[in-house]
Amino acid sequence: MGDFIVDIIAATLRIATPLIFATLGELFCERAGILNLGIEGTMFFGAFSGFTAASLSGSLWVGVLTALVGGMLSGWLMSLLSVRLGVNQHVSGLGITLLMTALALFGFRVIFGESRVLPSITPFSQLSIFPNSPVLGEIFSQYTLTYIAIALIPIVWWVVFRTNFGLNLRSVGDNPEATDAAGINVYRLRTIALVIGGALMGVGGAFLSVAQLGSFTFGIVAGRGWVCIALIIFANWHPVKVLWGALLFGSVQALQSRLQLTGIKLPYELFMALPYVVTILALTLAGRNASYPAALLKPYKRE
Amino acid sequence: MSKKSLFTFFVTVLMIAGLLAGCAGNAAPEEQAATGKIKVFGAFATPIEEPWDGVVHDALLKAQEDGLIEYTFTEDIGYTGDMERVLREVAEQQKPDLIVGDAFVNEEAVRRAAAAYPEIPFVFGSELGPVTPNLAVFDNWIHEPAYLSGMIAGGLTKSNTIGVVAAVPIPEVNRLVNAFIAGAKETNPEVTVLVSFINSFFDPATAKEQALAHISAGADVLFAERAGVIEAAAEKGVFVFSNMSDQNAIAPEWVVTGPVWNMTPTIEYVIAQVKAGTFTAMDLKDFSMYALGGATLADFHGNDAKVPAEILDAVKAKEEAIKSGMFRVPIDEAQPGAVN
Repeated sequence: MGDFIVDIIAATLRIATPLIFATLGELFCERAGILNLGIEGTMFFGAFSGFTAASLSGSLWVGVLTALVGGMLSGWLMSLLSVRLGVNQHVSGLGITLLMTALALFGFRVIFGESRVLPSITPFSQLSIFPNSPVLGEIFSQYTLTYIAIALIPIVWWVVFRTNFGLNLRSVGDNPEATDAAGINVYRLRTIALVIGGALMGVGGAFLSVAQLGSFTFGIVAGRGWVCIALIIFANWHPVKVLWGALLFGSVQALQSRLQLTGIKLPYELFMALPYVVTILALTLAGRNASYPAALLKPYKRE
Repeated sequence: MSKKSLFTFFVTVLMIAGLLAGCAGNAAPEEQAATGKIKVFGAFATPIEEPWDGVVHDALLKAQEDGLIEYTFTEDIGYTGDMERVLREVAEQQKPDLIVGDAFVNEEAVRRAAAAYPEIPFVFGSELGPVTPNLAVFDNWIHEPAYLSGMIAGGLTKSNTIGVVAAVPIPEVNRLVNAFIAGAKETNPEVTVLVSFINSFFDPATAKEQALAHISAGADVLFAERAGVIEAAAEKGVFVFSNMSDQNAIAPEWVVTGPVWNMTPTIEYVIAQVKAGTFTAMDLKDFSMYALGGATLADFHGNDAKVPAEILDAVKAKEEAIKSGMFRVPIDEAQPGAVN
């Protein structure tokens, strides 16, 4: 039983990692007033660019860095549409997802051809912090990116709630007119937020390709971006709650994959649906008090 | 999920638009009469990186390289209503001598299009039957090498626990998994085979997590019905069997072998029929099975040295029995339980 729980906790952290990165990315976007539905495509492009750079350069960290830059590019494109041009955010976000997905698939075929065996790299290995402890050693034998994701939670909290930039970010998402009146460039601030957000989404996607799998394939993100859109509402746009949300989803996912093997006579679909059911329930409960950034979805046009 | 289907819809629309723009003006109807090659069109619902469609695409490419056909194709047609339009447009404009593709989720659309153009032979991957006069069906009937893989897996496991990570319990997945289980039971009656589904055809990260859960549950041999499982096996150092094509390159030390599907016998048979003017709407199943070379075990790449000799002998004997028709691997398409 003890092993079972330790095993689930370790799996939870792995499953939660890409969700933490990408949801924190979405937090920056939405705190600035932009719903970024480009998240799924940005993660996909991050997974692609990270894998490709790692494969061509031979360095996994070059891969992560490239995914970060690729994500920034995607966030910047989103800002061109939704911030500069004031396009409807649902439309521009889905457009970015389409574009980045197609670009990644196209680039992948151009660079790697049509091989039946997926090109692969040796991915990151897990880093054990407590090699001598049987329990903690097992739990904290994780990818470096997982530790970085967890470390980002207090950092993002500090940036959002304790810095000038964070104050401006929150105010531009609540009341861009007043922020503008205070002499802050709304367009610039929102662009920066989207670029930071895109960078985090890109790294979240790269976790899948350069850490977890060591390969890139279409369908690698498999809807995780959309899960993050739900998690950010569950988290009420608060970084610490992002962690709880991602861990909740991850733990139920880890639990269901083990419950399937216990031979309990229930349809497997029931287990597979569990993480989503729990997320929806949690969202329903937590979402009642959700306080959306007041200017979310509203393009800002300077009078 | 509605967001996902909406997304798929947009992707499909965009890609079709792009592909059609790219294809415009490519048709050269008079050309093949001079070369004697028949004109074949491939219609795939997914990108050709998808392993199932990839096998079909590879066989058509090979036929093109062999100088048998002129081949054009459209991929990623999706499941949102474009298949019938693509097939009708191709039938009207390019007038190919043969259309090959995957029906499955687009089953009704393909059957409507085939009925509308009875003069064009349609050869489609399908779980349903053929339709006279012009719709023949095929599928990946690779349960025989799956059975042989199971026999080897049964002989390799030390913990007497084998894990199978599969996509979705549809008949073509179930019959592979059931044959694998039956094979494992033959060489090792004590074995327990755990089966789990990821409820998706592509989610390698989830498949890997599922595979790690199998290893935690005691499995020391895995069957990678889906992508992502081999990565888990390599990480934990357990033997693994691939599926659909030779995947040894992903983890040369740990991928023992696995069922391989080869569509070339099917394609060559159909091409010969079309050329002779004797195309018959039939179930082409036998051409995807062991006896005619449509199904095989993947190359061991030297890993047969790690398999006990008596198991290898038993597998070779069984292989011969299958080829000579003396043994039929049972086809069981019922959903396997979680613990077998």
